[in-house]
Amino acid sequence: MNNFNIKIKHSLSFLSNVSILVLSLMIFSLISCNKDIIEKSTEWTELAPTKLDENAGNWKPCVLVNADDIKIPEALSTTTPQYQQELQEVKTAQANLTNSQKAAIKYWSAGVTLRWNEIMRALVAKHNLAPQNNTDGTYPIPNQANPFAYPEFPFSNPPYAARAYAYVCVAQYDALVAAYKLKQQYKRPAPYKIDATITPSVLKSDLPTYPSEDAALSSASVELLKFLFPTEVEFLTVKAQEASFYKMWAGAAVRSDIVAGDSLGRAVAAKVLAKVKTDGMKNAIGTQTLWDSLAANRNAIGEEPWKSMESPSRPPMLPFYGGVRVWLIPNVAAVRPAPPVSTKSAEIQKQITEVKSYTTNPTRENLAIVHFWADGTGTQTPPGHWNAIACDDIKKAQMSEVRTARNLALLNMSLMDAAISCWDTKSYYYYPRPSQLDKSIKTLTGLPNFPSYTSGHSTFSGAAATVLGYIFPSNKNHYDDLAKEASNSRLFGGIHYRMDCEVGLQVGTNIGNFAIQRAKTDGAE
Amino acid sequence: MKKYLLIPGFTTISLKYRYTLIAFLLPFFIQAQSLTDGIFMPKNNFCGGVMVAQDQFKDYWEGTTKRQNLNMGTMTMKSVGIMANYGISDKLNIIASLPYVYTQASAGTMSGMSGIQDLTVGLKYKVLKVKDLSANIIVGGSIPTTDYIAAFPLAIGNQSKTLFGRTMLHYLNANGLTVTAQGTYTMRSNIKIDATNYYTDKNIFSNEVAMPNVANISLRAGYYSHRIEAEAYIEHNATLGGFDIRRNDMMFPSNKMIATRVGITAFYRIKPLHDLQVVANYAYTLNGRNVGQTTSVALGLMMAFDFNKTSKTDIKY
Repeated sequence: MNNFNIKIKHSLSFLSNVSILVLSLMIFSLISCNKDIIEKSTEWTELAPTKLDENAGNWKPCVLVNADDIKIPEALSTTTPQYQQELQEVKTAQANLTNSQKAAIKYWSAGVTLRWNEIMRALVAKHNLAPQNNTDGTYPIPNQANPFAYPEFPFSNPPYAARAYAYVCVAQYDALVAAYKLKQQYKRPAPYKIDATITPSVLKSDLPTYPSEDAALSSASVELLKFLFPTEVEFLTVKAQEASFYKMWAGAAVRSDIVAGDSLGRAVAAKVLAKVKTDGMKNAIGTQTLWDSLAANRNAIGEEPWKSMESPSRPPMLPFYGGVRVWLIPNVAAVRPAPPVSTKSAEIQKQITEVKSYTTNPTRENLAIVHFWADGTGTQTPPGHWNAIACDDIKKAQMSEVRTARNLALLNMSLMDAAISCWDTKSYYYYPRPSQLDKSIKTLTGLPNFPSYTSGHSTFSGAAATVLGYIFPSNKNHYDDLAKEASNSRLFGGIHYRMDCEVGLQVGTNIGNFAIQRAKTDGAE
Repeated sequence: MKKYLLIPGFTTISLKYRYTLIAFLLPFFIQAQSLTDGIFMPKNNFCGGVMVAQDQFKDYWEGTTKRQNLNMGTMTMKSVGIMANYGISDKLNIIASLPYVYTQASAGTMSGMSGIQDLTVGLKYKVLKVKDLSANIIVGGSIPTTDYIAAFPLAIGNQSKTLFGRTMLHYLNANGLTVTAQGTYTMRSNIKIDATNYYTDKNIFSNEVAMPNVANISLRAGYYSHRIEAEAYIEHNATLGGFDIRRNDMMFPSNKMIATRVGITAFYRIKPLHDLQVVANYAYTLNGRNVGQTTSVALGLMMAFDFNKTSKTDIKY
């Protein structure tokens, strides 16, 4: 007994010593740690395009009929006193840079299109929050005409986000195509090529600077974003000012370049705005009668219709978004998949059993996949996640502004078509979620409040991986693996059946191929 | 006084886990009572035991607005923790605890989580003792022992490594009347979540989350004897920073969290069972911000061993 106790005593003092050591290490590691979070893109270096793409004015725009639809005043000759005065303004600006101007030069020179994409994704994340129910159990709807009142407009859920990304990217691309066209028309070189005493603080370029591509794409972006995120006007105005003028502060553009770019960007935006305002989005929410008809259609053929699992019962998210105007596919019926198996079939019971197998004692690896791709409340949404993936790879490839905008427009037109097609399918088949058919299924992520068949994540991912795999052929397998993982994440999370994921991925791939058809004929290759 | 001190108080052995995340809402009240009371194990004495606890809430504060969530119903966190305290010397104790945690929501479709949570280790040192009054300092930390999910309403913990320093004034007179006041500062490390971006009061494109540090003060008063101990306490916890939950948003690990709690603790030592110690604790959250209005109950069994003696039956008080 004595020996035993002595042994225990020795082990306890040993344990104490170990604990003290561990504690000291923890103290050291915590004291030396820095809490600041570094976002990857803050470390982006200046854009040095591998190709100038100076003839992008001949590429096919998306909304404009022709690149030269937009007229701007003729460029001032570099010999005029007015231009000389502008050169002087550049020099003065360069000599008197504020810290915020220096920061703006560093920030925007990484790529103006990429920066706007990032800003837009942050806005989506900020506004991606579902309204709380009223006390009577109904739900308030955000009002674009009164955007600051609760619930703030918009609720940027995935369909809303897909539409926002697509329209902004299209406006950016068209503005750049128009700007590049005019650059070749006027061929006015950068100020440092006119006046050798000007040393730019950004990389020199052979691209003519009239009109400014930065101002054109920034003004086009802001005009669209003001409409899509009307509570953000103040913030956006400041950003657009920086983005438009940073090259003047850096000695690489003059005021008239920027003024012309701004007016070009606004003119392009006006055409894109006319389109977005008539795209059918205003009918996407529907009414109680219409929602009831979706369920009645299913009851009529003996199928169990979807119902909201939220309390109080929430109307489905944008159930008539399937009627919004598409970009690339002929129409939604052309890509709508075959019906799902019956809600009363033995096959669906098998699929329910599979879902449950993933939610019971999930592996850590599967949980990580579920959470990595969840992209729910307060995030950039799945289309935003794919934009982030695209932006990282575009940055690595050092694409010109116009090629960046072209590729992001292709990606986001296909993502919006994926959203439209998927939401059409969801309302068309109005299929219940696994937790509705089997109440014992507990989900590992939030259960989306709209029908199950097909999976939105899978459709988005199929489209995105197809488009990106075309743009970056050497990464194709990688994108396909990501898409498969994103698709599986919804099955692992217990919110989708295998059929939702597999069919969604196929339809998405199909939609992506329409984008590739456009890519082959838009003149950029 | 030594005879009262053999078995350290065990009231809020609740550890960090009781508060850690019953749905995220209370991630920071910390630690075994032996880290918050003024009682020391004598040299070469060891005390170990098991505690079961349940924390529940239905109402919570979303920012400063009190509400319920019908899609969660009542949130419950159950836990089983082991705890140990060893007297390195009469003035220096080392204390450790480790819980297994299980969470559940009574409504909605969201799955509960379970697993072994964070190991807490602390050193308690008696700096000085003047008559019935002693001053103690406690330093320690905690570290997650498993790779559990952190950013989920039913997560079992928040994955932050912590380091805490506490100063304490402890009064215990010959009649057994006792008063303890303490203040604690807890540093929390950043955490990594399984996501590519998240929104606090701004969007952040990163999987890393900055966790605000935490301050805690408490006052406890009661009666100690060899057979029975009873204490009432009030404590206030506040993160130093963090952000409010937005209307209808989810809770997040780096929320601003403030809570004021009251509780009572009682011990009884059963003589025929070699002074096996039974511990019970009850606590209630009076007011808070971004936390649940939690009701906590805990029950535990503790046993002391004196390794200065040849066998535990020889324990002398």
